Amino acid sequence: MLRNLIRLHSRTCYAVLERWPGVCQGGQARLPTLLENAKAYSTATSERKKFYQDVSISQGEDGMFEINLDRRKLKTPGGKIFTVPNEALAIAVATEWDSQKDTLKFYTMHLTTLCNTALDNPTHRDKDQMITAALKYLETDTICYRVEEPPGLVELQKNEWDPVLHWIEKRYNVVIGSSDSIMGPQIPEETKDTFRQHLGSYNFWALTGLEYVINQLKSVVLSFGLIDRHLTVEQAVLLSRLEEEYQIQRWGNVEWAHDYDMYELRARTAAGTLFVHLSSESSTVKRKLLQD
Amino acid sequence: MAALSPPFRVCRGILREIRAMKGPEYKQSLAYNYVLDQFRKNQVSSERYCRAQVEALHASHTYLCLLASTRHHLTLHNLYHGKGERGPEEVAGIVGLRLPTQPGGKGWEK
Repeated sequence: MLRNLIRLHSRTCYAVLERWPGVCQGGQARLPTLLENAKAYSTATSERKKFYQDVSISQGEDGMFEINLDRRKLKTPGGKIFTVPNEALAIAVATEWDSQKDTLKFYTMHLTTLCNTALDNPTHRDKDQMITAALKYLETDTICYRVEEPPGLVELQKNEWDPVLHWIEKRYNVVIGSSDSIMGPQIPEETKDTFRQHLGSYNFWALTGLEYVINQLKSVVLSFGLIDRHLTVEQAVLLSRLEEEYQIQRWGNVEWAHDYDMYELRARTAAGTLFVHLSSESSTVKRKLLQD
Repeated sequence: MAALSPPFRVCRGILREIRAMKGPEYKQSLAYNYVLDQFRKNQVSSERYCRAQVEALHASHTYLCLLASTRHHLTLHNLYHGKGERGPEEVAGIVGLRLPTQPGGKGWEK
């Protein structure tokens, strides 16, 4: 119950963060006014008529990739030219724009949204602030909070969550632990320092994606499992929704609420994971090209 | 490491999703050629543990999940949430119920 409330709360926060992508029209940048912004914030699920036919990508002089909609360059809501660091990400974003039918459904374009957030940085935060924000989730990590009843769920949480917890404790050589009190487990400072140091090696784009994944899964542990390729998206989402799945087994599945939520969560989590992997691998790809 | 389905199945899955998005001319799309190209490049002849290949497989798996989940989500969205407010009869109809007809009221005229 508490978790659902938190999830609901943070969903709306994210809807507020998501802004629609602006596009350069007729060679002139279309800067959204304050009023337009307010409108964009309030209707995260808004749609817009499709105004282009062809989507293509091109590489700029600085090696960054751009998206072209009918020869016009895509721009971010902040008015910057939309650029991404590697081809794979550019193609994935172009595919999102290309797959829109008659209307642009921005709520299905998760990678575009993530790129916009990384490019514009609407909350004006630096890396340290993002790492702190991400690690704050560790204190209330989903898989560290256990229930005391009913016995079936207690058993399920123990069987499903403990292996992941043991994996991360071994992988990073840290102590996290779980608790069934409302205060949650006491996370030692050393654990946080280890993670802080590890996250310091990520670039700004990867951190944007990672924070998004943590926000979706409500768990630092599961997010690390996903980023380190210990879990698949389906597994991570299942573990994140464990209590809901238990209740579904007991009371039945409701397609327009449970399945709807699950697919949305899967899509968002997959987008975030892919975003982290693609934006942190660009350097290795370049090295390979040099060797050739 | 989680068990992942074999690469060719993931590849086919992604291509199927691209086809569902793009329709019959999906073979001309950017993504189609890129995905095929990547799968061909990452093929290795021996069965030795190859980290790069595992990474590529995980990424392709994630991409398949992204495409499939977005499609499912959009279908459910259009079915249940995309049409604005509904009348009581229609709402009842979605879950396979009918509104009761009142005795002596509508439907009992004859």
